[in-house]
Amino acid sequence: MTRPNTPFLSSRRGLLRAGAGLGAAAALPGLAQAQDFAGRTIEFVIPFAEAGGSDVWARFMAPFLAKHLPGKPNVIVRNVPGGGSITGTNTFYQRARPDGLSFIGTSGSTQFPYLLGDPRVRYDYTRMIPTYVSPTGGVVYLPKSLGIENVSQLARLRDRELVYGSQGATSLDLVPMLAFRLLGLNVRHVFGMRGRGEGRLGLMRGEITIDYQTSSAYITQVMPMVQAGTAVPMFSWGVLDGQGNVQRDPSFPDLPHFVEAFEMVNGSKPSGVEYDAYLAFFASGFAGQKPAMLPHGTPDNIVAAYRKAFSDAVADPELQARKGDVLGEYKQAVGDDVQAVYRVATTIKPEAREWVRNFLATNHNVRF
Amino acid sequence: MIDLFFATLGNLLTLQHMGYMLAGVSLGLVIGVLPGVGGIAGLSLLLPFLYGMNETSALAMLIGLLAIVPTADTFTSILMGIPGSSASQATVLDGFPLARQGQAARALSAAFAASMIGGLFGALLLTFAVLVASPIILAFGTAELFMLTLFGLSMVGVLSGANMVKGIASACLGLGFGLVGAAPATSEYRMDFGLLYLSDGIPLVTVALGIFALPEILDLLRGGGAIAQGAPLGRGWYRGVRDTMANIWLTLRCSGIGALVGAIPGIGGSVVDWVAYGHVVQTSKDKSQFGKGDIRGVIAPESANNATSAGALLPTLLFGIPGSGSMAIFLAAMILLGIQPGPSMAAENLGVTYTIIWSLAIANVIGTAMCILLAPGIAKLTAVRYALIAPFMIMVICFAAFQATRSFADLMALLAMGILGIFLRRFGWSRPAFLIGFVLALGGERYLYQAVQFYGWGFVTRPLVLVIAAIIVISIWAGLRGTKGGSSIHTEGSAEFSVARNMTPQIIFSGVVLAGFGFAIQQGLGVSFLAQIFPIAVGVVGGAATLLLLVQQARGPAAAGSANFDGEAQAGDGGPWRFLLWFIGFMVSVGLVGFFAALVGFFMVFLRVIARSSWVQAVALTAGAGGLMLVLANALNLVFPGGLLQEYLDLPWPFR
Repeated sequence: MTRPNTPFLSSRRGLLRAGAGLGAAAALPGLAQAQDFAGRTIEFVIPFAEAGGSDVWARFMAPFLAKHLPGKPNVIVRNVPGGGSITGTNTFYQRARPDGLSFIGTSGSTQFPYLLGDPRVRYDYTRMIPTYVSPTGGVVYLPKSLGIENVSQLARLRDRELVYGSQGATSLDLVPMLAFRLLGLNVRHVFGMRGRGEGRLGLMRGEITIDYQTSSAYITQVMPMVQAGTAVPMFSWGVLDGQGNVQRDPSFPDLPHFVEAFEMVNGSKPSGVEYDAYLAFFASGFAGQKPAMLPHGTPDNIVAAYRKAFSDAVADPELQARKGDVLGEYKQAVGDDVQAVYRVATTIKPEAREWVRNFLATNHNVRF
Repeated sequence: MIDLFFATLGNLLTLQHMGYMLAGVSLGLVIGVLPGVGGIAGLSLLLPFLYGMNETSALAMLIGLLAIVPTADTFTSILMGIPGSSASQATVLDGFPLARQGQAARALSAAFAASMIGGLFGALLLTFAVLVASPIILAFGTAELFMLTLFGLSMVGVLSGANMVKGIASACLGLGFGLVGAAPATSEYRMDFGLLYLSDGIPLVTVALGIFALPEILDLLRGGGAIAQGAPLGRGWYRGVRDTMANIWLTLRCSGIGALVGAIPGIGGSVVDWVAYGHVVQTSKDKSQFGKGDIRGVIAPESANNATSAGALLPTLLFGIPGSGSMAIFLAAMILLGIQPGPSMAAENLGVTYTIIWSLAIANVIGTAMCILLAPGIAKLTAVRYALIAPFMIMVICFAAFQATRSFADLMALLAMGILGIFLRRFGWSRPAFLIGFVLALGGERYLYQAVQFYGWGFVTRPLVLVIAAIIVISIWAGLRGTKGGSSIHTEGSAEFSVARNMTPQIIFSGVVLAGFGFAIQQGLGVSFLAQIFPIAVGVVGGAATLLLLVQQARGPAAAGSANFDGEAQAGDGGPWRFLLWFIGFMVSVGLVGFFAALVGFFMVFLRVIARSSWVQAVALTAGAGGLMLVLANALNLVFPGGLLQEYLDLPWPFR
């Protein structure tokens, strides 16, 4: 299948978007001055149901955004669930007006089908305007019973089959699937898990022999197992710095990140089309997992107001005091950092995309 | 530990915390009474208020709401024959016949007493279980969970209606509908007609309301009068409590079943009421009154469903794994409050856990008292002409249905399931069996596949698997002893009045179902091996049962025996179609002008034409209904499903 709005045509799209933005700004002279949302209600659209990571993230951010947007508007969360987040995002992309009164927060589960070229996707990330990107992370760990003490011994496992509980080949668990492959591990992916918690429970029962948990679940659920001597941490996924390089996760500074783990296991730096594919989905699923975007054509002054509001919200001492597990220790991408992280999280090299599609079609019966 | 236990009680018993709990209980009461709207919507309503709230107050409020929903949802189950939420579907089977016999007061008070005992039992159990439950939860691996879904399916034996073959076919039909969408093993789409809407599967609320509520509403409309045929409420408040006390062991057993099923993540609370119902039938000597108004049929599911909340808290608190939809939202609420569930909930954070337990116990008592106080008022509705109530019921089930994706497609799904429900009811296809199949379909497929992946086929020799297998055998035997060719419970009305002379409509319906099973097989053949096992197995078993049924039916009205069932056999009023057309008309106008405008129009026209209301009454009722919708939608930040008009025009809320 082919789609006209492929993500790697970003330069031409960027020009179009700039043009559209200029046109909209010219058409709305009254909005050309500083934006004021006093007395308005702004919708933070979340294409997922209540509960779950994206909903909690949006509900946590909404009051702080309201506090820092000009005019202190009322910011409400509007859940538009269905179709694994494709439905709500399609609708927003096609319907939302560029007036700053609605914006959307998506997740890796929304980005992946777009990167894979799912024909049901009608949205184009290159045309939406990012105002804030929230990262997350995770840690891969093993049960102690495998006899592996740290990541440098990981290669010893190559001649035995490990079992991983996956939520699906095209879900966020695509990232560990590609990572394990790069490390040369022989992993059987058992699908149908509903959330990472079931994978962890499976590992505790002995059904599963390799697992990862997102940071907050790792800290509260797995660290007690590590202390009790039943689990061993291997590596974190890491985070992206401003230049798009993988760095250690600030929540786990003592753990190597995936690229370090790769070097320890293989003795060289990762490269090639498989690694490009991994990096794209890692960026989309972790380092740039949750972007908040305005519709295409939103005037520049509104975009500027949003970027500043998110910047101020993240700097708000009250947010910093309360962020806990919702944002974790991660550096939130605001202001000038937004564009770079967003671009890495929503683009993939054409040949890497083709490779992943082939890989999924051949090994896991995924049909595009 | 005991000091802490009572210190948390002291901490909770302040004016502020109890005030918030009362607020939660009051909202939960309203939410529970509205059919189809349950804990998920209720907790969603509270989420926006959590920001900046005191932790204890917030927990008291959330638990207050959760605790009362399975008590308050009894009202519509007993009084209207419409399940108030997925937790009290089974209550309908005996509760509604009791209400129609003028024994609503007795049924309600028995249900409330059972609910309260179940809730308190659950809270007490949780107090100790939170310290020791981890190994028990971990003992249930995928193999054991698969066996538990089989155990759930074995309840079909009790709930199959007059004809066992038809009951099995009904369960297979439900399984087939449950398999629509992505296959757990491969994420391939089956039976989805290429629709994005169906890729997530059909929502449970939509199925339950379509199958149970819509046919009941249309049927009551046909009856013309009020729900209660005799005295509207009757006496018997004390008798109901005495009924529960006389069956105290049953109540406690069912509470235990509820807590256990709730505590095992993966099975969920949607089947617990059926399991409890099946249990009471299996353990009763005299089964003749079940389905016709046996008070034990009310006590069993109601004691189980309140204990389920307590059970479901265990995996949520200890492992951060929600056992049900409302637990998922409770988990989100805890994270927003800055509480991260995990093993610490039984150690450093034990105080939080005890706050939750005390809230659960106190809210159950307060909630039961409020339900009893309000019962006489609410029960008066059964004396009101049903034509005045029907539009409210239609409005609320539509509202509940479009919570799923907030779109017009939800209403279309409701209509489709409603039409199926009408035929299932008419031809004596057990709707409970259908629903059990639907609920357990994906779980069964997922756990079978995972168990085989993890353990190979040798999983069947695991000790706990064998224990559950033995329980299944005993339970089927207990359910069938002393009955011939079918269960004693007539889930779809009395078989004696449903013997038809003209078999054609039944045969056509059986043929359509057979074609449906053929479609499931055809779709199964189109996907890879791991995704095709279940659809093909369901298609083959269901198809074979339907064929057998068709053979029986083809023998003619008399020879077909219990296979001959047509609820319309004696009807002289042309069936429910006239009222179904009203519903379809409402759907069409939603498609044209959007939900809210269509609702106002539908109310006015229906009340004037069918209910023959005066203008004053029609306007007042319409305004009341519209007001209720606006308050709820506003609190949930909801945009009503739009129609063609909204495609072209940008209207202000609520018409947007």
